[in-house]
Amino acid sequence: MPKTPLTFTLNDGEVAVFVDPGASLIDVLRRGVGDLTPKQGCAQGTCGACTVLIDGKPHLSCLTLAETVEGRRIDTTAGLAGGPNLHPLQKAFMEGFSAQCGFCTSGMLMASKALLDRTPNPTRDEVIEAISGNLCRCTGYEPIVDAILSAAQQGGAR
Amino acid sequence: MTIHKGRGFACINYPIGMNLGGDPAQALVHSTPDGKFMVALSAIDLGQGMKSVTRQIAAETIGVPVEDVYVDTADSDTGPHDMGSFASRGTHRVGNAVIRASAEARKQMMEAAAEELEVNAADLDTDGKGNIHVKGAPSRSITVAETAIAAQFKQGRTLAGRGIFLIPPSEANPETGEQTPVTCFAHAALVVEVEVDDETGDVEVTAINSAYEVGRALNPKLVEQQLIGGAWMGVSHALYETTEPYYPARDHGPEDFNTYLMPGPGQIVPHHIAVLERPAEDAPFGGKGPGEMCANPVLPAVANAVYNAVGVRCDRLPITPEKVLRGIRANGGARPKGRA
Amino acid sequence: MTSIEFRKDLFADERDDTLKEIGKPTIRQDILGHVTGRTPFYDDHQFDGLLHMRAVRSPHHHAEIRRIDISAAEKMPGVRRVVTAKDVPNNLNTLLSLINFGRDDEPLCAHDKVRYKGETVAWVIADTERQARDACAAVRVDYSVLPHVLDVEEALKPDAPVINHIYPNNTFDYHDRYDHQKLRFGDVNAGFARADHIVEAEYQMSPIEQAPIETCGAIAAPETNDRFVCYTNTQALFFSLGTTAKLLNIASSRLHFIGGTAGGGFGGKVDSIVEPTAVLGAILTGRPVRFAWDRAEEMQVGAPRGGERWRIKDGVMRDGRIVAREFSGFFDSGAYMRLSPYAIIKATGHIPGPYTIPNVASNVYCCVTNRTPATAMRGFGITAVDFAIECHMDRVAEVVGMDPIELRILNAYRDGDMKAHRRAAKNTALIECCQVVADKANWPLSAEARAQSSLRGGGGERAAIPETATDTEGRIGERRAGRVASTAPAGGTGKIPAGTASKGVSGVPVQNPDMQIDADRIGHRMGAAPTPGPTPARAPAPPPRAPAAPTPPASYQPPPAPPASYQPPPQPVAPPAAAPPAQTGPYTPAEPFSRGTKRPGTSPFTSGFRRR
Repeated sequence: MPKTPLTFTLNDGEVAVFVDPGASLIDVLRRGVGDLTPKQGCAQGTCGACTVLIDGKPHLSCLTLAETVEGRRIDTTAGLAGGPNLHPLQKAFMEGFSAQCGFCTSGMLMASKALLDRTPNPTRDEVIEAISGNLCRCTGYEPIVDAILSAAQQGGAR
Repeated sequence: MTIHKGRGFACINYPIGMNLGGDPAQALVHSTPDGKFMVALSAIDLGQGMKSVTRQIAAETIGVPVEDVYVDTADSDTGPHDMGSFASRGTHRVGNAVIRASAEARKQMMEAAAEELEVNAADLDTDGKGNIHVKGAPSRSITVAETAIAAQFKQGRTLAGRGIFLIPPSEANPETGEQTPVTCFAHAALVVEVEVDDETGDVEVTAINSAYEVGRALNPKLVEQQLIGGAWMGVSHALYETTEPYYPARDHGPEDFNTYLMPGPGQIVPHHIAVLERPAEDAPFGGKGPGEMCANPVLPAVANAVYNAVGVRCDRLPITPEKVLRGIRANGGARPKGRA
Repeated sequence: MTSIEFRKDLFADERDDTLKEIGKPTIRQDILGHVTGRTPFYDDHQFDGLLHMRAVRSPHHHAEIRRIDISAAEKMPGVRRVVTAKDVPNNLNTLLSLINFGRDDEPLCAHDKVRYKGETVAWVIADTERQARDACAAVRVDYSVLPHVLDVEEALKPDAPVINHIYPNNTFDYHDRYDHQKLRFGDVNAGFARADHIVEAEYQMSPIEQAPIETCGAIAAPETNDRFVCYTNTQALFFSLGTTAKLLNIASSRLHFIGGTAGGGFGGKVDSIVEPTAVLGAILTGRPVRFAWDRAEEMQVGAPRGGERWRIKDGVMRDGRIVAREFSGFFDSGAYMRLSPYAIIKATGHIPGPYTIPNVASNVYCCVTNRTPATAMRGFGITAVDFAIECHMDRVAEVVGMDPIELRILNAYRDGDMKAHRRAAKNTALIECCQVVADKANWPLSAEARAQSSLRGGGGERAAIPETATDTEGRIGERRAGRVASTAPAGGTGKIPAGTASKGVSGVPVQNPDMQIDADRIGHRMGAAPTPGPTPARAPAPPPRAPAAPTPPASYQPPPAPPASYQPPPQPVAPPAAAPPAQTGPYTPAEPFSRGTKRPGTSPFTSGFRRR
């Protein structure tokens, strides 16, 4: 099958790969590029574990055709920390005991980063709305909402 | 349309560990050359915190800081046998195995330190900060790191331990059901407050007050994680979840999260928890596993609260608006029972 | 919104709260991996040349497989191998055979017939997942549809279709004797006859999906040294390893399983299906193979918490004392047994809930239906019966006109009480939980209820094991033959004398004294066994934050269980030594271990070969 060349920016690095026509962005990121931080929970666009940012906006990478990100900027959890320094969201999730199994965490972080980048001081309701497309089966959500609010207070829109 | 408030109560106990025993768990502990300890398990961390709680158990038992202990779970070539993470057996069975392995490692560590300090090992104690000292004479001490280095490079000694914990298999009597189901039980009691809309049949859980008895909260934040997440799951089970909405028929079974319903972050229920700790004698530091039992009392408490609010007994889960509404209609209207 | 308090004032005299690491809110060891996305889940292990395996599944509840035609599928692009039942070396297993429980009843891949919608009939291994899906659609299976049964009680009827000849009565055979597990304690019928009220109701638990955000999956690959590595998210590493060894007839030493980190489980990752399937694929192709359920499979083919139906009948006195409680329970095991028969034993040991009731009986059935097999889920064996019991307690409270919490406290078990499974209760704390939560919720309780304690009022007459009415109804096969129709516990035809109980079982002592933690470092202070009787063995420290409890009126005593014929309470099970785990002697079983079913041979787990 002829492959399509694809170039995009991934967390400040340039990526050039050949992809199968119709391949999903999550498959290209995980199996093509080796960024394993987006997780596949449903491949139906209902769980949010695969959330990445495309030009700063949250998208479900399982439902995104890889070919549509040509020339665009992708952010994943792999690029969230600045070198050894954790992002305020990561610190808040750690200190808030906001993860148990950790499988939804990448997607939660991306969805909440998108929120804090555009709304540095969100209300509780805005936080809830921002992560309402991300499912968590372990925590009951409250520690996650609290962590995002806490990160915002500590300058999470870094 | 009227919103009816109601309160419901339920209390439970829960057996800890696989019923009737026969479910061994093993642990191996060894020190690095400079006195850090590695714990190898085949237990599974599903998010409940197996790695974290066994790390604290090992550190406490050996007598070293938790930062000096790391736990690895589940490589069948290096981790010893364990039945698995289910039936609330992780904390109890694996925790006990880790205590035993850590106790043996500690014993060797104390003997090595005794040789260095030229005292009797029985006269030594750990300070939990990485030092071993003579009881009553804290200045006569040696660090755990120095001890491990001396043990390995001078004394030719390992600082390692093996542990297994087994409740032997037993069985149930065919005629009477007599059995030794488990060796300890956790407890919980819960009051749920609901609001029921008598026009739509919608039930909203508005508050939960709870008391959970967990033996000992080995890590209070891990316990809190379980209790909050577990109560969320209990509400979800009570009001939303099923793979077969028209059970026993298999029609309309959900195949995605658009049709398999669970409460979202917008439906967080304020939950006020009290944790009680009555240690169980054969549990690690008395701790019983809180992970499974915490969801159980929520289901009947919600059902009882719905009855209290509108007088409808929902004996078939989940308590859908359809069931509530049909019940209200069959009764000729909502029949609040007071108490709210 | 949420708040949490630790009631250190309660049971304070039983704990040493000065431990150094235990009791501290230490940050999780795995949390840095979680927040950086670097925690390695099974699917985060990458292999060159990874192949993808998908299952062909039955569209019918129950059907004979007449023919499978894989020729078209084999010619599809990217297809490396189409796999059917004949490729599975030992295509029959039951999960708990690893602990010698139950009969092998379930194939990894159906061959003669399918017994539930979604059952595996073949697999396709292809270069990409999409190619595997396309080829699965090209596998042609000719079915001859058979009548099916989906309801547990319908399955028990004499004319119900036989789903699996290995369990020809559509029930698990308990102890090679009965089609259900019995519990008999005292005489419920005598209790009902004496009771002021009879309260009956039926409860239905729905099937529920564990729904971890990471679905079940495994990647297997040939390793050096003629072995196979399997990365898996199983909840039970050695269960999955042993099951794989058995199904594939491969020595367990040739399997290297790596897991330990799962994206949630909740009971749904115990069944050990993806692991043998992936390893089979790796054996057949010599390549790394990934087999994972998609979300639809996880929800409809992956085993759920099973449906359970429970009927409860209570005999209650006017003052709220429950004097008899009877259960009929029906577990919907689905097409295969897996863990359900074991959960029934767990449920039987749990009955009648955390209450001291002098007459208890139950019959619990593990029913085969044409449904996705059920498996474990958080609270397995207990969640549904607790739902039934606690809804029923509210019904009883309404009938006798009593406050629901006070009714629970009145009937609550206490230290030293005899439980229906004939072991003395110890380390109980139900009453305290009730009192604490009532306070938190501003739920008014009477002074009497507030004054009660799990430490006092138990034992004595309440420690007695009553004379017990027994019966032999429900022998295997009788129901299908039409000779027995009732599923409720029958009237007693036999008697077991009061006081009958065998010895309890406790943990095996350490194999070497060096493994014994010092008594003063274990953190609890239990100098003596809980002493039955109204006098507390050790007075609890007065809880400084306890509810404003007036001195209990001298008149109020927990009701003694009224035994039909009083026997002195047996001594409690071996008193624990100062240092736990209890230092009892080495365990010697009274009878050879058989776990409720007699099955010749030992577990194949150690060798990987099936012994007959």
